[in-house]
Amino acid sequence: MTTKSLSARNNELSNPVKQLEFLSNGLFAEGELPTFKNKLEKSDDAPLKPKKLEILQLNLGYMCNQVCSHCHVDAGPDRKEIMTVETMQHCLEAIKKTGAHTLDLTGGAPEMNPNFRWFVEEASKAGIKDFIVRSNLTIIVANKKYYDLPEFFKKHNVHVVSSLPFYKREKTDKQRGEGVFDKSIKALKMLNEVGYGKEDSGLKLDLVYNPSGAFLPTNQEAMEHDFKKALWEDFQIEFNNLFAITNLPISRFLEYLIASENYEDYMYELVNAYNPSAVKNVMCRNTLSVSWDGWLYDCDFNQMLELKVASKVKHISNYDEAALENRNIITSQHCYGCTAGAGSSCQGSVA
Amino acid sequence: MAKSYYDPADLRKFGEITEWSEELGEKFFDYYGKVFEEGKLSAREKSLIALAVSHVVKCPYCIDAYTKDGLQRGITKEEMMEAVHAGAAIESGATLVHGVQMMNKYKKLSM
Repeated sequence: MTTKSLSARNNELSNPVKQLEFLSNGLFAEGELPTFKNKLEKSDDAPLKPKKLEILQLNLGYMCNQVCSHCHVDAGPDRKEIMTVETMQHCLEAIKKTGAHTLDLTGGAPEMNPNFRWFVEEASKAGIKDFIVRSNLTIIVANKKYYDLPEFFKKHNVHVVSSLPFYKREKTDKQRGEGVFDKSIKALKMLNEVGYGKEDSGLKLDLVYNPSGAFLPTNQEAMEHDFKKALWEDFQIEFNNLFAITNLPISRFLEYLIASENYEDYMYELVNAYNPSAVKNVMCRNTLSVSWDGWLYDCDFNQMLELKVASKVKHISNYDEAALENRNIITSQHCYGCTAGAGSSCQGSVA
Repeated sequence: MAKSYYDPADLRKFGEITEWSEELGEKFFDYYGKVFEEGKLSAREKSLIALAVSHVVKCPYCIDAYTKDGLQRGITKEEMMEAVHAGAAIESGATLVHGVQMMNKYKKLSM
């Protein structure tokens, strides 16, 4: 189990340039596998262009109380990158004028940002239809100052999306750390108690499943059925929907793939599962990602690879949705993760 | 030419068998795909049967493929091992049931 971020370990893969080099070399440089750009060209999807913006995703910081072994953010307690009030003000200005119907707060653990509650209160005033907070669950029970988060979320009609890689203790703890499963169950019960995940409460609680290893997720509906059955039978926990998300070969998951000698097989699997109909709905086409320091990216993964949007508007301080809609989306081999099989996005399958 | 008979990388080339006999290859893969669809048995149950048979026929490619398939389907390692034992039990039973033949022959030859 990882205990420190790649960044704190000074691992070579904490450098996005090195990651991108790695993803372009080997199998792809030798022509054994087609690059993502080649694939897009073959299915007449190059260059990838945005559709109408639907989701504005803000990363409030890379600090997290967990150090999950698959984390694409390389988040952890040792990460100090946190969105400031000044950047939040810029974000609020953008939220007021955006055409997006969904606001999506993520991290790290977004709740660890000292101005998180103020920001949620302010942002909720904009009346965005779907206001998501991505919570890792354990933060709710990490310290008593967080115990009232379920009530706080309820007050602001926040849609909670939480990671739970599996409905069994062993796999969850292996990926997310010792004791994480029990704490997650406790937090889910607290969310259920205030009405989250209950039918007709209007309080949405969705779970995110991602494979705990070098394999792709199976059918989302089948997995949701298994999760609902197991969580109800074992713990009487309810939730709304399950999002199945593919692990993308970047950051700590890339480190794992290389160390376990699964990288080549995994890339073959992603490339072979390329699905042009997933490309039609891939999330970078309807989402913008804002980093803790206000830069704009096509998605959260491009943010971690420091691939800023290819537009004259690159920062939230001069946000211009119309100008951004004309950009070309930046891609590399990691993008195969979002186009494999049923596709993958922060909202689950797309095809 | 590889120096060993089994190379894990050959599994992903399985589809290439169609190149040397298109009709038979395609018929096989159509059939194969159909067999593992949801039917009277669930795809999950069939995956466990495939895993057990993979061990009995001692096919390393199949073992790799259906271990991964099981992981994807959320099949636990305990369930996988039980399936392997089911295969192993049939295989050892198939050996042992020949003991009856041995006993028959022994008796026939003995005064």
